[in-house]
Parts: sequence; C-alpha cells; structure tokens
Amino acid sequence: MRAVDAVMECLKAEGVDVVFGLPGGANLPTYDAFVDAGIRHVLVRHEAGGGHAAEGYAKATGRVGVSLGTSGPGATNLVTPIVDAMMDSVPVVFLTGQVRTDLLGTDGFQEADTIGITMPAVKHSFMITDPLEIPRAIHEAFYLARSGRPGPVLVDVPVDLSRADIPYVPVSDVHLPGYQPTTEGNAKQIRQAAKALAAARRPVLYVGGGVVNAGGSAELRELAAADRFPVTCTLMALGAFPAPHPQWLGMLGMHGTRAANYAMDEADLICCIGARFDDRITGKLSEFAPRAKFIHIDVDPAEISKVIPAHIPIVGDAKAVLAKLVAEYRALGADSSRLEEWWQRIEGWRERHPLGYTDSADSEIRPQFMVQSLHKATGGNAIVTSDVGQHQMWTAQYYDFPEPRRWINSGGLGTMGFGLPAALGAKVGCPDETVVCIAGDGSVQMNMQEMATCTQEGIDIKVFIMNNGYLGMVRQWQELFWDGRYSQVDMGAHPDFVKLADAYGATGIRLTDKTTLVDDMRAALETPGPVLVDVRVTQEENVYPMISPGQAARDMVG
Amino acid sequence: MGEPGTKELLSLEELEASGGLRTGRKHVLSILVENKPGVLTRITGLFARRGFNIDTLTVGPTDDDQISRVTLTLDGALHPIDQVTKQLHKLVNVLKIRDLEPAETVARELALFKLAVDGASRAEVMQICEIFRGKVVDVSRRSIILEVTGTTDKIEAFERMVRPFGLVEMMRTGEIAISRGRGET
Repeated sequence: MRAVDAVMECLKAEGVDVVFGLPGGANLPTYDAFVDAGIRHVLVRHEAGGGHAAEGYAKATGRVGVSLGTSGPGATNLVTPIVDAMMDSVPVVFLTGQVRTDLLGTDGFQEADTIGITMPAVKHSFMITDPLEIPRAIHEAFYLARSGRPGPVLVDVPVDLSRADIPYVPVSDVHLPGYQPTTEGNAKQIRQAAKALAAARRPVLYVGGGVVNAGGSAELRELAAADRFPVTCTLMALGAFPAPHPQWLGMLGMHGTRAANYAMDEADLICCIGARFDDRITGKLSEFAPRAKFIHIDVDPAEISKVIPAHIPIVGDAKAVLAKLVAEYRALGADSSRLEEWWQRIEGWRERHPLGYTDSADSEIRPQFMVQSLHKATGGNAIVTSDVGQHQMWTAQYYDFPEPRRWINSGGLGTMGFGLPAALGAKVGCPDETVVCIAGDGSVQMNMQEMATCTQEGIDIKVFIMNNGYLGMVRQWQELFWDGRYSQVDMGAHPDFVKLADAYGATGIRLTDKTTLVDDMRAALETPGPVLVDVRVTQEENVYPMISPGQAARDMVG
Repeated sequence: MGEPGTKELLSLEELEASGGLRTGRKHVLSILVENKPGVLTRITGLFARRGFNIDTLTVGPTDDDQISRVTLTLDGALHPIDQVTKQLHKLVNVLKIRDLEPAETVARELALFKLAVDGASRAEVMQICEIFRGKVVDVSRRSIILEVTGTTDKIEAFERMVRPFGLVEMMRTGEIAISRGRGET
C-alpha cells in the first residue's frame, strides 16, 4: 500500500480518533489518504491553532494529540505549539510534510529545515529517509510522546516517500535502546522519604503537573489523607488536589496564596512531586525555602537537583511512587499531633491573608468576580482553558478546580492565543463536558480564526473574553515596576467581538452588569453552538498577591 | 515510632543534598550513540542550549557500524557534571555515557605543528620532537611539520617548547579515551 495509507493504519492502531491539521503541497498524499481512512480530521485555520488544539485534546483526555502541517510555513507555524508542548510535557505527535528528497537542501519551494528548527524543542524527532521506516517511526513517536515524561515528537516525511509503495506490517514492539524511562522508584529511597515525612514538623507537599500526567491524583489524595500534610499545587497541577479542601493551601508561586508561599518559606521538609522549581515558584532562589530539606520525585532524572539540590531524590512515575510512599508512610504509624503547631501557624496566615479583592460599588464587573461567577454558572465543573496573562492568574486563583484535567493552560511557555484552540481540542476530546475558555482581549485575537473551525465543525465551546482593554499583565508590570509609563499596552479600538462572533457564524454576547452576570453566563452556556462572550471588566485591576520579580516569597505584596 | 516522644527514626538535619556539584576537574565523557543523521547536532545543540561549554569533541566509528562513539571533554569547575550527563541521557539516540575516571583511563590526542624553521633551528626542533617521541612528517626549506601524540598535558608542553621557533599553525584532534583493564569503556 502507499506509505500514507500505512500511516493511517498506524494512527488507527494507536487509537487515534481525531487529528487537527491543514493541508498543503507536501502533505497532499496524506490528505488523499484521509478521504477513505475513517479518521476524523478537524480542519484548522492556522497550524498553530491545530497544534494547540492537539495540546488541549491531550491535556483534557490524557491521550496523545495529533497535529499535521505541510512543509515550510506549515511546519514553522507549528513551532510555538511544539515548544509549548515541550515546556508543559504534553504528549503530541506532529506529522509534517517535507519537500521531495531530490529537492532537500536546495531551498526548494516551501522547504524549511523542520528537523533542525524544532530540534531543541522536541522530545525526539524522526527524519524519514526510507519509506520502509515510516510505520516504525510513527509507532515509536507515539510511544515516546506518551511514556516517561510526555512531550512532543515530530515525524518529518518527504512527499515522494509518502507516496512510495510499502508493505504494512503492524508494529507491536518498539525498539529504542537509548530510551528506558525509570517509572517504579527506588524502594529504599521511598522508605527514606516516608521516614523523612514522619520526622518532619513543618512539611509541605509541593505538587506539579507530573502528578496530573501520571494520573496520580488519587494517590496524592491518599498521601494527604495518611496524615495532615498541607498541599500546594503549581499552576500546572491545579485540580490534582481538590479545591477547596481543609489541607489545601492554594496555588503557590508568583501569584499564589500567602499561606502556600509562607508555608514553603518556613517548611522543614518539602516533598516535591512532579514539579521543577520554576523561577515563578521559587522567586529569589538564594532565599527560597531556606530551612527546608527536599524530597524530589520526578520521572525525568534531569529535573532532580537541576535547580534545587535534592536530599532524597526519587526517579519514577508520580502515581507509582506515591502509591508506594503511602504504604510506607502508613506502616510507620507517625503521630499526627506533631503537626498541630504547624497547622496553627498556617491557619493564622489563612485568616490574616485570604485571597480577596474590593468589589465594585456599582454594577461594574471586577475580573475576579467574573471568574467566581463563571464558577457558579458552570457548577464549578467545567473544563476551563485560558490564554496567558492576568485573566489566567485570576482564573487559577478563583476557579476552584475539583479534579485534574479540568484546567488547561500554557504554563511554561506562556503562549498567548493558546486558550481558544485548546478549548476546541478539549471539546473534541470530551464532547460531553462543558468546555469554556477564559480569554484575554489581547490574547484571544492571536488565534481568533479558529472560531471558524468551531462553527464549521459544530464544536460547542464558550469563550468568555475578560475584556479590560489592555494587555493587562504587561500594563500591571509597567504600573508597578516601570513608574506607570504605559508603553503599547492599550488595545485601543478593538474589534466588536459581538459582531465578530456573528461574522464567524457563532453567537456573540456582551455582558457589562455584575448584578445579572451569573444568569447571563448561564444563558450563554445554554446557547447552542460556539459562543463568544465579551465581558467588560474593570480596566486597571491588578493581580495580587504577588512575589515581585527577584524577590523572596516572604516579601509578597498586595 | 508512633507514640509522642519516641525517638525519631530519621533526623532531617542529617540529610545531605546530592547533585548539582561542581567537581573542579576536567571530565572525559565517552558516549555511545546510534549512528543516525543529526545525532551530533542533537548533542552540540543540547550543550549550546543548556550553556555547557565543550572543550574538545571527537566522533568516530566503533567496531559496530550501527554505533558511533563521541568523546568529549569539559570542565567540571564550570558545570555540574551530573546535570550534563542526565540531559545527554534524555537524547533518545544516546545509548551509554561513561564519565571516565582519569586514573583508570588512557587518553590520547594527536596534534600537528607547522613551524617556520630553516636550517639554523631545524636540528634543535627535531631534537625536541624526538624527546617527545614525535615524528617529522613534512620538511621544506622554510618549514617543518611535526606530529605528536599523547595526553593533553604532553601536547601542551610540546607546544610551549616549539612555539618560540615560529609556530605557523597547530591542529589538534581533541582527546579520545579508553578505560584501562579488561572491561569495555
């Protein structure tokens, strides 16, 4: 059969039910194969939208997302989603077309060195030089994308090779001698970690996206239940531990709660599970958690002791390690009363410094109020995607996520324009769930074109634009750290988002009154088909509290 | 354990951090990689991206044509070696990495020196070359090319000796290294 038909067989064998892509010259054979393959193809309007949609699909479902683009500009448009997927460990397979092998290296039409351009940002990539390699490369790509620390894998196929006639033999094994992720965790180290937790008087569980990726949320909850361990999550892990919960401190880091950041600051033992001590977490590194010893559990050994030297390193899958850690900890029969003093201290911070804002005296909608209203309108149980900026932080702070894979955002790379296509992908993967995107009025315009995809495919997402008329986070930094000298943050004459929605064949709604906001949001959620809601909020509101850049957690402001 | 006041099984104070250490010495990493296109770019790209400085790098075939060996040296005073090797291990085409212990390793480098010497100093240069067990590989009326093999220290010592005679060019291969004894490197 043609190599591209073999590709379709590979995709089916991997359980792929949908791909997101855009055709072009160098992947015409692949698109011909889609005609009869019986795999759903969602035609996006820009490859970046397709890449983020595949990420949204992967984050919502836990399955591998698939994104396609042609050679040259098709592939370069995928660079942002590829880097994004690398930073947030999202399993996505990218299939790119390439110019004919006889044109390679000649600057042929729509030729780009896709492998070279993406090399620093992929978990692995395959440059196909022999059509017989194609099926194995596809299967290995899926295996690499989803196993160990998940990530993006790219397969670049020259167009002539994709038309070659090859025998398709199902590949049931993968042979990657240089890739053997450690998943189980060293038993001795896990015992040591249990003992350290039992000895700790001021412990904190610091939880990252690795717990979500590993499907280890239940095991985390068990560990927390094994004693009264305080739990804080990174932006990537929200929902891995339910909010609210008596042991939940809130998110930590730059815009985390004071209780979470102060607890990290005073902890004697920090158990880091699937997180990586990002600079947005640690603040000033030399003053980060000065009294703490560190247990670091991660499936990627290179993360351990990369930023903070670990006292008890454990390489392994978060789910597997946590399950063993719970058993070991329970066997120790530690005395919970040792944590009494610690909890009194934490309760003190919680009482003195709850998350909060000053509500408007009139009908003006505060951005935080908007997020709380959406929580009410959705019953707190929607899949929520976001772009990057103030609206993202407020959503993280005020939409209490009860379960993992409900909060989908671009954490590591901080990609504006991520939210709308990610919501599209999440809805395709989870058609029975309510999927909403909280977007910024700046960010949403970066991948606005995907509204057309939603309309064409009948993808029922609800986009709530938190419209403050600014590139809000940049404005906040200019206000706080650049003497209020606003430079290129005023979005000026926006498009009329209601008319724009209409032009895309979607429903557009504008909301300006807080007194009816929850009901109006419910009405928007009940409107069939894609809906774009322009919510006008207070223009110059700041995200607080905040660890100022380069400062220590104990010096939080706001 | 279990009752308040009983002796703790582990004291947090006694825990010591591991990793992130700078050894302060030169390291020779011997890396077996799959012989596939782009592997070297992946390695050098990784070093550039993570800000690791390579001192020398050599690549060559092994007795298995599917596998190549990369030998690279870097300064353990500048980089935490464990982080370097862990990042390298993440490359799917990297099969095995060995951080060779200097005492248990034979390391060699080849260097070619072109010197602008004429009759007056040629004999003296050739004498130095002999002391270093080097070879004369080319002679003309106004130049001489010498070949020297040995450890990096020896080659640097040779360079210091001959430089005053008029060093036109020097070329060095970078070190290759093999472990002593019966075991494979």
